[in-house]
Amino acid sequence: MGEHVIKLPDVGEGVAEAELVEWHVKVGDLVREDTVLAAVMTDKATVEIPSPVDGEILWLGAEIGDTVAVGSPLIRLKVEGEGTAPSASTEPQKQAAAPAETGEKATPPPAAAAPAAKSPAKAAVPAAPESARVAKTTFGAPRPEGEKPLASPAVRLRAKEAGIDLRQVVGSGPAGRIGHEDVEAFIARGPQVARRAGLAENNSVEDIKVIGLRRKIAEKMALSKSRIPHITYVEEIDVTALEELRAALNKEKRADRPKLTMLPFLMRAMVKAIGEQPNLNSLHDDDAGVIHQHGGIHIGIAAQTPTGLVVPVVKHAEARDLWDCGAEVNRLAEAAKTGTATREELSGSTITITSLGAMGGIATTPVINYPEVAIVGVNKMVVRPVWDGVQFIPRKMMNLSSSFDHRVIDGWDAAVFVQRIKALLETPALIFVEG
Amino acid sequence: MKEISCKLLVIGAGPGGYICAIRAGQLGVDTVIVEKGKPGGTCLNVGCIPSKALIHAAEEYEQAVHMAAGKSPLGISVEKPLLDLGKTVAWKDGIVGRLNSGVSGLLKKAKVKIVEGTAKFRDGKTVEVETETGLQVIRAETVVIATGSAPVELPFLPFGGPVISSTEALALPKVPEKLTVVGGGYIGLELGIALAKMGSAVTVVEAEARILPQYDAELTRPVAKRLAELGIEALTGAKAKGLASKGGALLVETADGAEKKIAADKILVTVGRKPVMEGWGREEIGLDMAGKFIRIDDQCRTSMRGIFAIGDVTGEPMLAHRAMAQGEMVAEIVAGNKRNWDKRAIPAVCFTDPEIVTAGLSPDEARAQGREVKIGIFPFSANGRAMTMLGEAGFVRVVARADNHLVLGIQAVGRGVSELSTAFGLALEMGARLEDIAGTIHAHPTQGEGFQEAALKTLGHALHI
Repeated sequence: MGEHVIKLPDVGEGVAEAELVEWHVKVGDLVREDTVLAAVMTDKATVEIPSPVDGEILWLGAEIGDTVAVGSPLIRLKVEGEGTAPSASTEPQKQAAAPAETGEKATPPPAAAAPAAKSPAKAAVPAAPESARVAKTTFGAPRPEGEKPLASPAVRLRAKEAGIDLRQVVGSGPAGRIGHEDVEAFIARGPQVARRAGLAENNSVEDIKVIGLRRKIAEKMALSKSRIPHITYVEEIDVTALEELRAALNKEKRADRPKLTMLPFLMRAMVKAIGEQPNLNSLHDDDAGVIHQHGGIHIGIAAQTPTGLVVPVVKHAEARDLWDCGAEVNRLAEAAKTGTATREELSGSTITITSLGAMGGIATTPVINYPEVAIVGVNKMVVRPVWDGVQFIPRKMMNLSSSFDHRVIDGWDAAVFVQRIKALLETPALIFVEG
Repeated sequence: MKEISCKLLVIGAGPGGYICAIRAGQLGVDTVIVEKGKPGGTCLNVGCIPSKALIHAAEEYEQAVHMAAGKSPLGISVEKPLLDLGKTVAWKDGIVGRLNSGVSGLLKKAKVKIVEGTAKFRDGKTVEVETETGLQVIRAETVVIATGSAPVELPFLPFGGPVISSTEALALPKVPEKLTVVGGGYIGLELGIALAKMGSAVTVVEAEARILPQYDAELTRPVAKRLAELGIEALTGAKAKGLASKGGALLVETADGAEKKIAADKILVTVGRKPVMEGWGREEIGLDMAGKFIRIDDQCRTSMRGIFAIGDVTGEPMLAHRAMAQGEMVAEIVAGNKRNWDKRAIPAVCFTDPEIVTAGLSPDEARAQGREVKIGIFPFSANGRAMTMLGEAGFVRVVARADNHLVLGIQAVGRGVSELSTAFGLALEMGARLEDIAGTIHAHPTQGEGFQEAALKTLGHALHI
């Protein structure tokens, strides 16, 4: 019998650390080669860590939410044969040093010896279902009036000594049986007002760890809003003509082509506008005081997924025609939704489009995808009466809410950019006119 | 005599009183217990223990008689057996004596002071005890009344001469040729069956329509059948009227109104027990009553501050184990711990042949509470262990809520089922559902399997029937 140590592999170019977001195994589990053991998240992508060997899990080296450095031990397995682990004495020190380097909360105390180092990870595993169970406890009238609470003598004694009336306690067991955990949860939560029916106070507080994608989003948003003085400019666009064109193209389109949405038109219009104002397509390195003005226009498309916001990127929009843009948007949106988008597909944007689509909303104040300098927000298209100088006529109107890094983009330039896009979208033929 | 002051005074060293005193002593409470007789109360001296000794002796003797008659299917035959009742009673007294000194020893070990004599309240905090050496005054912060109960006497059949109570029935010099039992409850039947097995010709006179009226007919049917086998005549719906003027017989008014004379050497009156309310100065402290019993709350507190009452003086069921549980609880309360009466079930055992056990609600009681119930019965005739012990009579019955399968009550009748009371009580106290019992491995071959099978049957999938 030997020990095999699985270290956090290099999960992508230039990534030095990753956040552990999921354990698929616990200590004592038997795993086969290729069993998925854990999931870690880099800046954008989630990477699954498979087992290279058959074995039994001896030790888990991090808790969910911990940041783990590439190359630091993540899992120890008991395996047939020699194994790869060096002598046990050096291992704990290495392990203890790794989280410390990252500046994150170190899981085991540095002085801990191997068996002691095991305990935090071990403790974390059974703790999860426990808290989940407590959180599930409901409130209100636990049982019909006059019915004796169902609990074993030991539970009754515990409640009596804690001064708790078991009639107030909800039993989570079969037939509403009250267990020790129900009594402890009740003690922790304090007395509840038992109501016979109707509305009940809910004084529960559920602690949800900000981990994984949510943490990435939080960090990104805080960074953007704390560093970038945003200026937001909202303008309305008459998209009646564009919609007619779009409908016509979709009607006549070849079978192998994607159904066009508004997005590819907007992307092409942005490419055209950026041609005239290339400083809008930049990454602002504010630490160095340098604006990296990019030639390639890589448009990030903010997309909502079940786990949160992600931004897949259409690379080189300047080199893609309308159909190509449409196909790429569809492909990336699907990949993002199913969680199969790669790290490369989720990074490298130079400007971003955000759309709440059918949700509606007159205007938004989009947050710039740091370190970009501009973001274009699409609001819902609605039919509105528009005064054409003689009468009101129904027109398809849509607002664009766009934010800019006011440090490097003046309000005037922002307005010029949006007005240019407006002109292009309102007379869509202009989008396709060269020169 | 010098006054004694203590934290806790217990009046009566029956199962309730002595348990209360021992537990209080263990908890470091300065405790005194007063007892006029031998420690152990009715249970140990003239109740549970001696009656079980006699019942066992009677069973053994009856087996031997059965074998001598060549009726045993086991292939065993013996010479005609002889019963020396004097020796039996001496053996029984030996057991009682050992237990008496056991209780005394336990009290001493718990540092409880024992005062022998008759206690009487002077006021709520002071009790005087008439001892052999004079009047002992005891002042106590807390007093527990555990004076127990005594057999009920019929005015037209006063105890004395041929008319005896259960106490005398446990110490008969010889087996009466003809015994009439007035009252077909559990005490009368336990003793009546034992004496019938020892050779008495027994007649049971019961005023209600059937024997053991506190149990449902389904449970008592196997007992009634066995009475007939043992030659015990059960006159139900019959009222005892008194002794025949010439003596040697009991006058009875039968169900159809006719008068009947039943010849009897001994007339055992077992028409119930009454709480002992006289002779300890109840009138001095004026406690609130609940009928003929002392009114108590869920901590066994009486209407007077600092005075508790436990056991038979507090009401039905008058059972030793109820008194013990109350006594233990009161000791905890006196020691400052938070306790109240929260028991779910007080199992009851009737040591007839066959035995009857009940715990929790009967089907009728459950329905009376407005419950929709499911009931499962498993007969011992389908139980291997019961067959090997010639104990096929009887069954286990489980009563559960139809909606969530919570077990509400468990009853059994059969040979040796008293031991099943443990499992029944535990199931109810732990709040078991049918699935819990069905899912517990019951060792094979035992009668206890009947419990699991009854639960399975209630669920609709018994395996052995």
